[in-house]
Amino acid sequence: MTTLATLSYDDVVSRYDPVIGLETHVELGTASKMFCGCSTTFGAEPNTQVCPVCLGLPGSLPVANAAAIESTIRIGLALNCDIASWCRFARKNYFYPDMPKDFQISQYDEPLCVDGWLDVAIGGETVRVGIERVHLEEDTGKSLHVGGTTGRIHGATHSLVDYNRAGIPLVEIVTRPVAGIGGQAPQVAKAYVTELRDILRTLGVSDVRMEQGSLRCDVNVSVRRHGITELGTRTETKNVNSLRSVERAVRSEMIRQAGLLDAGDPIVQETRHFQEDTGRSRPGRSKEEATDYRYFPEPDLVPLAPEAAWISELRSRLPELPSARRSRLAEELGAADSDMAAMSNAGVVDLVAATAAAGVPAPEARNWWLGYLAQRANAADVEPADLAITPAQVARVIALVGEGTLSSGLARQVVDGVLESGHDPDQIIAERGLRTVSDTGALTAAVDEAIAANPDVATKVRGGKLPAVGVLVGAVMRATRGQADAQSVRALVLRQLGVRDEQ
Amino acid sequence: MTEQTELTRLTAVATAERIAAGEVSATEVTQAHLDRIAATDDRVHAFLRIDGAGALAAAAAVDGARADKERLGPLAGVPLALKDVVVTKGLETTCGSKILSGWVPPYDATITRRMRAAGIVILGKTNMDEFAMGSSTENSAFGPTRNPWDLSRVPGGSSGGSSAAVAGYQAPLAIGTDTGGSIRQPAAVTGLVGAKPTYGGVSRYGLIAFSSSLDQAGPIARTVLDAALLHQVIAGHDPADSTSIDAPVPDVVAATKAGAAGDLGGRTVGVVRELGGEGYQPGVSAAFADAVSRLESAGAKVVEVSCPHFRYALPAYYLIAPSECSSNLARFDAVRYGLRVGDDGVNGLEEVMSLTRDAGFGPEVKRRIILGTYALSSGYYEAYYGQAQKVRTLIVRDFTAAFEVCDVLVSPTTPTVAFGIGERAADPMAMYAADLCTLPASLAGLPTLSVPCGLSEGLPVGFQVMAPALADDRIYQIAAAVEASYGHPLIDEAPPL
Repeated sequence: MTTLATLSYDDVVSRYDPVIGLETHVELGTASKMFCGCSTTFGAEPNTQVCPVCLGLPGSLPVANAAAIESTIRIGLALNCDIASWCRFARKNYFYPDMPKDFQISQYDEPLCVDGWLDVAIGGETVRVGIERVHLEEDTGKSLHVGGTTGRIHGATHSLVDYNRAGIPLVEIVTRPVAGIGGQAPQVAKAYVTELRDILRTLGVSDVRMEQGSLRCDVNVSVRRHGITELGTRTETKNVNSLRSVERAVRSEMIRQAGLLDAGDPIVQETRHFQEDTGRSRPGRSKEEATDYRYFPEPDLVPLAPEAAWISELRSRLPELPSARRSRLAEELGAADSDMAAMSNAGVVDLVAATAAAGVPAPEARNWWLGYLAQRANAADVEPADLAITPAQVARVIALVGEGTLSSGLARQVVDGVLESGHDPDQIIAERGLRTVSDTGALTAAVDEAIAANPDVATKVRGGKLPAVGVLVGAVMRATRGQADAQSVRALVLRQLGVRDEQ
Repeated sequence: MTEQTELTRLTAVATAERIAAGEVSATEVTQAHLDRIAATDDRVHAFLRIDGAGALAAAAAVDGARADKERLGPLAGVPLALKDVVVTKGLETTCGSKILSGWVPPYDATITRRMRAAGIVILGKTNMDEFAMGSSTENSAFGPTRNPWDLSRVPGGSSGGSSAAVAGYQAPLAIGTDTGGSIRQPAAVTGLVGAKPTYGGVSRYGLIAFSSSLDQAGPIARTVLDAALLHQVIAGHDPADSTSIDAPVPDVVAATKAGAAGDLGGRTVGVVRELGGEGYQPGVSAAFADAVSRLESAGAKVVEVSCPHFRYALPAYYLIAPSECSSNLARFDAVRYGLRVGDDGVNGLEEVMSLTRDAGFGPEVKRRIILGTYALSSGYYEAYYGQAQKVRTLIVRDFTAAFEVCDVLVSPTTPTVAFGIGERAADPMAMYAADLCTLPASLAGLPTLSVPCGLSEGLPVGFQVMAPALADDRIYQIAAAVEASYGHPLIDEAPPL
């Protein structure tokens, strides 16, 4: 195959329509595994959270976890699905060492939830993503390939398997193909996973941590030329481990496929693996040699038949979902759609709401969380919610600025102090003496001193060269170790020089 | 006859009574059986593994409990031979297969646990067709078991080690498992009582699966009452088995006593027309007919019923069971336990799996895995597995209709008496025909049992009784009446080993 010049994204979308589909796997946060009583805690020593059942030892039998079934139904309800009144687990048969029984208990043609939808907002527009199914299955163990240089199975001298994860309840959420979204496909994909994650978090069914693998996303992409109605050959990209990667994976795959089609090469239906470092994917297993999974109803489990009354009860007990909450908060915070979208994208809606609820103006709260705090989170490569500062502490800082105790510069120093030490703002202020110098007598003395020390500059300012005042302000700020408010200092300098501030 | 030999000839009931009365210790009883095994098993090969130390420790615990005046269960101190398909903590369990050679389970099956708690003494693990696939025990990877009635013949299968152990007086009780007849057929050809409880009546937790929707453990004994007492110990709801029925266990002991006392309660007995006639040995048909007339004399009403779909039971069974086994046996992949072949640092994972499974499984197991893999394949599923499940439904309907006019159904347990070792080994279809009569009740999940009904050519004939789901008491009641009509257990007529 010839090496292809990389097309520009705009060029791709000017000639091709993408169709995307997303399969999301969610590890449920149940205390015990799907079919046995083992703990699901992340990060334990390998093979310490195992028993005959999740190791698939001969003779052992599964018993379905009722809490996992309830969580799955709640997810289905939140995604506007129909809940099956009768359904079964099925065995998906294939050989793999991290799968103890060499079959996975899953669901096949009788999923627990079907035919739902999820609306996502893209730049003020709403895109409805169809949900084909939500089903329940068990997770596999994890293989670690040792020796060799790549950490991959090729070249490894041996493999180790950790079965702690084997049998953890896993919900698979499959969308219908999403078409007609053109160049917005990458954003739609990201917005869908973001919204889904928020829903799952709101339901409290999973800790939805992509980096730990409790939320995993497979991205299906195909492209077709404008005006063509039949679907192109699709690929499935796995190993997409962050929201940003979801967007990048769709984009890079659209470009890759368009390049192949431009060159007259076929798209191979295959599984690809996303590379976080390059933002590209590389081919994995080809679907042409895909196994026949020989699904059949799991004879070791009895059918699930959730009663209608129970489903109604679960529906009535659903919490306020993110979209409804956003509408309510938009009203309460007086935020425009674009503000809400910005907050939502940054993952700070709840933080802003909580900060405002602590008694400070909502716009101030929003500015802090979208501004300085977002920068700090970004620099530390964490979610804003994971910063070591509480909405109450942020609200206190905002209040101190409002009453003039802190300048905006000092406020940032206080926030830095909280982030470093975990102490409260007032404690940081006391410890570090970070307080606006508002004692006018002391400040006036400092100003007079600066004027006396810089007679030339003073002359210039008096002569109308206002920008020169910065030198005097700087001198005062140095003298007061930054504890004065620069604006006040400037006003005071001008007053002492008898110059009218025309700024 | 020495006193030790005499101990091995007692029924389980008599053994337990003598232990409870202090006339003999559980340790003496256990030692007598271990001695009997040592003296005879080189000829019979009923056992794959003897656990002398474990058995004597369990017996000593019963003796200790008795000394402490603890209340003993009705089978406390009674030795038992356990089919090697049932896992035993700390005691190697192979399922008759090389692929599990050396595997020592870290846990007990639910029935193992229940039997231990009841004071039953597990002598060891009995031979079986590999993964319970077969009707002669010739498919064991560890050599065949011989029928104590005639050492040139098979003891039936797949629970042939268990039937031979009990028929050879190596143990008064045994556990077998029955997927398509693997308790009833061996019991029939060795002159014993063998019962398959209602599917879901006995926990499958710890039973190495062959065909999950069919497998069921049950008792093998020399008398109906002994079988009923063991049934009572192992049956009952188990939360660890989702298919276990959460309902009270029918009182099979009381039913046995009622049947033995001639109380048939006006039962109507249905003779299944399709399970007899052509292809059945005349001696088998005659012995069966004689037993039916004995039931009639005892006050049962006898009717003939037709179950037209029973003739499809065999093909349906040989699609469903292999399909499930192809999935159940996938886990034997050399990764976690058991045999590993070809792991030389050069072969890849798939080669090692393949080499291991090739070396570890015998021909019959491979045949069924291949059959089942094919039947479940995309494009064939509906034609094979799907169709077989529909046949299963039709068979259930035949039973339902029959049970509208009768309380139990009866038939010969097998079309022939025990056949010779090697006679059918090369002809799978002839071997499968041994299960012709036992398959319908298996597919329908019904309680069923085989009780001896006389001899043909000097070899035992089995009488099969089938009842509606959860009416396990009825099969014991009828069986006890049949047994009582002969005045003594048929096994008494077995020639000495």
